[in-house]
Amino acid sequence: MNRQILNSSHFSVERGVIVKARELSPHDKLFEIALPEGKRLHHDPGQFVEVSVFGAGEAPISVCSSPTQGDTFDLCIRDVGRVTHTIHTLREGDTLGVRGPFGRGFPVRLFEGNDLVLIAGGLGIVPLRSLVQYVISNRRDFGKVSILLGCKTPEDVLFGDEIEQWNKRIDVHFVCTVDKADPEWCGHVGVITSLIPEEMLIPERTFAVIVGPPVMYKYVIGELLKKHIPDRQIIVSLERHMKCGMGRCGHCQIENLYCCCDGPVFHYDEIKHIEEAI
Amino acid sequence: MAYVVLRKDRFDDFVSALSAQRKVMAPVSRGYNQFEFDEVHSGREIALSYIPTILPPKKYFMPQRETLIQFNSDSAEAVVDFYNMVILGVHTCDLAGIQCLNMVFSERPKDYNYLVRKNNITIIGLECNDYCDKYASCTLMSAELPNGGYDLFITEFDEYLLFHVSTQTGEDIINSVGIFEPANASHMSRLAGYRRQKRSIFNKELPVDSKDIAALFDKSFNSRVWDGLNERCLACGNCTNVCPTCYCFDVIDEPALDLTTGRRYRRWDSCQLEPFARVAGGANFRESRGHRQRHRYYRKFSYPVRKFFRYFCTGCGRCSRACMANIVLKDVLRDLLREHQ
Repeated sequence: MNRQILNSSHFSVERGVIVKARELSPHDKLFEIALPEGKRLHHDPGQFVEVSVFGAGEAPISVCSSPTQGDTFDLCIRDVGRVTHTIHTLREGDTLGVRGPFGRGFPVRLFEGNDLVLIAGGLGIVPLRSLVQYVISNRRDFGKVSILLGCKTPEDVLFGDEIEQWNKRIDVHFVCTVDKADPEWCGHVGVITSLIPEEMLIPERTFAVIVGPPVMYKYVIGELLKKHIPDRQIIVSLERHMKCGMGRCGHCQIENLYCCCDGPVFHYDEIKHIEEAI
Repeated sequence: MAYVVLRKDRFDDFVSALSAQRKVMAPVSRGYNQFEFDEVHSGREIALSYIPTILPPKKYFMPQRETLIQFNSDSAEAVVDFYNMVILGVHTCDLAGIQCLNMVFSERPKDYNYLVRKNNITIIGLECNDYCDKYASCTLMSAELPNGGYDLFITEFDEYLLFHVSTQTGEDIINSVGIFEPANASHMSRLAGYRRQKRSIFNKELPVDSKDIAALFDKSFNSRVWDGLNERCLACGNCTNVCPTCYCFDVIDEPALDLTTGRRYRRWDSCQLEPFARVAGGANFRESRGHRQRHRYYRKFSYPVRKFFRYFCTGCGRCSRACMANIVLKDVLRDLLREHQ
């Protein structure tokens, strides 16, 4: 058998260094990553990378910081499997493998000049954070901006200190609701659809972005359609297991689409006739 | 477009000479009407008359397991493992299957592991003069006649083999072995007669035009046929493993016992297996066997048509032969057709 080194392989990884690691919850850690020699990731908000630890494996993780952050990028990783568990054992100064960025991110160009309703359910705030940060960094390019977050309990609210900052800003409208409150909770209680503001909407100049657990999409989209937001202006980011990132391994396939290449961000009109999508 | 002739009693010499140059893979009999592509050193080992091998020749283009990256604690390198080989005796259905895989892996971003291996494989096709068995639907899939994708192509006659020389690589083999004679007009007219006769043997296996199958699938997504498959499928993954155009894979890390070195490898995966479309939170986007079978059929007759303008079924019949629940592709297509009559 002949073995040849492949310099051009798309399975090659770059070594990212963990600049900062911070616990967000008992299951979630936020890692700030720097690529070698100050190289930038050059991602769009909503794109993902394949992150790996040699010996444990590779997993697709959304980039949860905006490209405007600078030379580093953030990954928020929940300890749910072999790879993510191993990543949780890494400390500042350790390296991990990075491939990407992959996929189609949020269409931020189209958003410019329009009002935005950004809707996150639970962990959906992680990929959406890249967009929120991007919008805040380029705030004057957008119209009114609302951020709606729904979580199971107050304990499940990630990025608490950052959310506090969003809450204080005069140029974004932030609301959070939980399914089940605790005695200290002063926010809303109930389903996220109840947060969609009535008065905001000039439907033809509103883009709504939804990121959340699979079960959430139908209800939220239904509510937005009732408020006459055009299909094309409802944007979703879908969750699938994007294993190779190249539209080949088949794991993330949604009928004829590959979530890793055609998505993970889709306009609702692109997927509304695709039964497997939501 | 040259044709050359090899007397049958020299076939053994041809294979021996070829195997002295490089590895030669060809169909060999394993008994019980089962065949397998394996390395051969002489013509006597080859089963020139065979029904589709258990695994198609895709195993040489995309091995069941292949190392993508070798790593140690300091560094990691992407690698490709390959042999310089000739695959001899590839039926036209399997040539079509290789053409499908070529399209998939040549798309950007290119898969260089596949392409390096492809560039080191020489293909010698072999014409079928009759159906393999009742499971074949090669005529419906237009794969009963040679359609390119080979360096040399053999048509067998009683006393000689007629070789079509299609590429320079094929020509170089013919010249290096040096036991061939040029074909004359009588050889060519015999080939034409043979192909005419084939037309009476190979008839469209189902009452549908090949071009209409994609449209049939456009209206069959919620067909009851999938409910039927849901009841019968055992989710073993045999159908996808033996399919010449299935290429889904998984990527897995394997540390060595020293815990400092290891490899990242790719292995065949199957959309028929329960965890295939499951995500970290536990949600499974194709939980039922019926949905997974439907997905397999759509990956043959619908999705690739939109992307590659061809069906990803070659009519080889392997999925039907390998199915433990006796799910037969021709029957599934027939049932779908009936629903819309």
